[in-house]
Amino acid sequence: MDNRFTVAILVNNQFGVLNRVTSMFRRRQFNISALTVSETESAKYSRITVLSEGDEISKQQLINQLYKLPDVCSIVELNPAETVSRELLLVKVANSGETRNDVRAAVDAFEGKIVDYTRETTMIQMVGDSHKIDAFIDLLRDFEILEICRTGAASLERGNTTIRKVTNL
Amino acid sequence: MLLSGADIIVRTLIEQGCDVVFGYPGGQIINVYDSLYKYRDELKHVLAAHEQGATHAADGYARATGKVGVVIATSGPGATNLVTGIATAYIDSVPLVAITGNVPNSVIGTDGFQEIDITGITLPITKHNYFVSSIEDLADTIREAFRIASSGRPGPVLIDVPKDVQIAKYEYEPMPKVEKDEKSAAKDIRIQQAAECINNAEKPFIYFGGGVISAEAREEVLELAELIDAPIGCSMMGISGVPTDHPRFLGMQGMHGHYACSMSMHNADCIIALGARFNDRVTGNRAKFAKKAKIVHIDIDGAELSKTVEPAHGLRGDVKLTLQKLIPLLNKANRPEWQAVVDKFRAEEEAGLDSREGMTPRNVINTLNKYLDADTPVATDVGQHQMWSAQYLNFKNSRRFISSGGLGTMGFGLGAAIGAQLGTKQRSVLVTGDGSFGMCLNEMATAVSENLPVVILIMNNGVLGMVRQWQTLFFDKHYSNTVLDRKTDFVKLAEAFGAKASSALTLEELDAALNQAFNHDGPYLIDCAIDKDEFVLPMLPPGGSMDDIIVKIGD
Repeated sequence: MDNRFTVAILVNNQFGVLNRVTSMFRRRQFNISALTVSETESAKYSRITVLSEGDEISKQQLINQLYKLPDVCSIVELNPAETVSRELLLVKVANSGETRNDVRAAVDAFEGKIVDYTRETTMIQMVGDSHKIDAFIDLLRDFEILEICRTGAASLERGNTTIRKVTNL
Repeated sequence: MLLSGADIIVRTLIEQGCDVVFGYPGGQIINVYDSLYKYRDELKHVLAAHEQGATHAADGYARATGKVGVVIATSGPGATNLVTGIATAYIDSVPLVAITGNVPNSVIGTDGFQEIDITGITLPITKHNYFVSSIEDLADTIREAFRIASSGRPGPVLIDVPKDVQIAKYEYEPMPKVEKDEKSAAKDIRIQQAAECINNAEKPFIYFGGGVISAEAREEVLELAELIDAPIGCSMMGISGVPTDHPRFLGMQGMHGHYACSMSMHNADCIIALGARFNDRVTGNRAKFAKKAKIVHIDIDGAELSKTVEPAHGLRGDVKLTLQKLIPLLNKANRPEWQAVVDKFRAEEEAGLDSREGMTPRNVINTLNKYLDADTPVATDVGQHQMWSAQYLNFKNSRRFISSGGLGTMGFGLGAAIGAQLGTKQRSVLVTGDGSFGMCLNEMATAVSENLPVVILIMNNGVLGMVRQWQTLFFDKHYSNTVLDRKTDFVKLAEAFGAKASSALTLEELDAALNQAFNHDGPYLIDCAIDKDEFVLPMLPPGGSMDDIIVKIGD
């Protein structure tokens, strides 16, 4: 069963805040599969997006523990159905005569883009939700993957809601 | 007015209602100490023997008064010596503000002399901490630290101030004492659901922790118990939350809790848990813990509500305010059958009580009980003496049992007793063991220098009794490193520090020594001999359940 969940956290944009959040995850042994931090519409806040895995109780525990950090301003769990979620992938695969066309076909099928091309290697850029990127990487395992770098998800809720409306800042 | 950072620190502490701070000077905090000298008529500084003792003293002060305790230390080792004390306060939710000096901003990050990343080190053991890199933020940071330390679930906050910020000058404007964040009751709907659950219960049990003490909810707890005709038990942190001799009170629950209390909780069909966190020392084997009960859990910290046990109803809110809304929704009940069950447990406990004569742990604590006023704070260290104190001491007023619960810090007690004395202006008592006392006995110097009326009762058995007890029960009597066999003469030691002392080999001698101690103007140590093979009973083996309870040691 897929019990992954995504939580967006608005925090004070201050030195060391990411450390406070991740230190809490570490000492309480929350299982974090991806984490991104970025600037926001306001210089006062940063936004942390966390992809984690666990049952309902451990999800609530994660959220409740986050609320105890004074630098955390608001938290929202992102429901996948109502969220636009995108991740950027850069992947480098070996370039050879036998695989060249198959790699190309995979890139085209996933609407990726070749951004670097040498005799020995091909670098592919792809944007999509994390599932799509997982699937693409899985496909590439038929070839020789040399290097992978993913950004982790950037996620925003659809419609009028914003994270700053969730709690009183 | 234009003041130095150091002056701003001291003035802000005074402004926030501080009357005494604990600490130890050093190179990177020397400017603050110069300001403490300047303002010595307005703010008393107590010089400890070691920064750890200073932190425990600030902690004891805070536990006994409910006010924020303050400790000041220099950078590097001064700061790291605070760590055990801060962690002790953190786990027991004690409001504390720790101020440390650090190397100047220009040296930060270069491994300067006595530079340490104390905000990094204390990240997991503080509610929040600050590195104040510029003087503009200094006064407001201290104010915010007081607010955070004392609001909601209290806890320690550390403020690290580099030396150049202490030297720099900035405009200071006095501000009023910060208000704690406003408290609120749990959501009405949750309270209604909880009330329904309690109204449907036949065997309710009220179980409270330290949260009832910090929420000052004694009256509400007793009113609740009266209304629904329920027995009351508490965690170790809850002791003194209600009067020990209250007819509904069964004492402490847990690994070494009172038999009647643990059994009643085990057999209850509804546990109303107030300001408690179901620590493993309370639940034993969680899978077998209180299986017959629905749990109504009220706590100000929402993260506690399903952290270790899953409550039927989790209510996030101030215990006092929530109870005030809950009580009117409850039906008045009479439960003669349930009370008969509880009475049976009480009778069984009574029958199993240690009734031997002589210097048994129970007789020692009961002898001490005769000397305690309603307002006497009693601190303990950690180990067997702590459990005997928790089991047998009599308390009337709240905040009078001062003991390291969550962290179990040996060496906590002497500093805490000093802080409690200074906070309450009452004669305080430390019950300790020879092992624990050996850890931080240097604070005898502090008690003597300040001539504080602190009665120190060492239950001296020559062994690390609690570990020895486990070795007896679970490790085939392999007494690995628990036989101290030291030649320390505690009476001479106390005298060398400049304190009065006597030893007691019999209860009569103990009584006479206590009589002297409680009439002495200054610290008084009593070296009280206890047999090394005394047990703390009952005992739930670690990870065990009520089915495994050890009530008597067979021979």
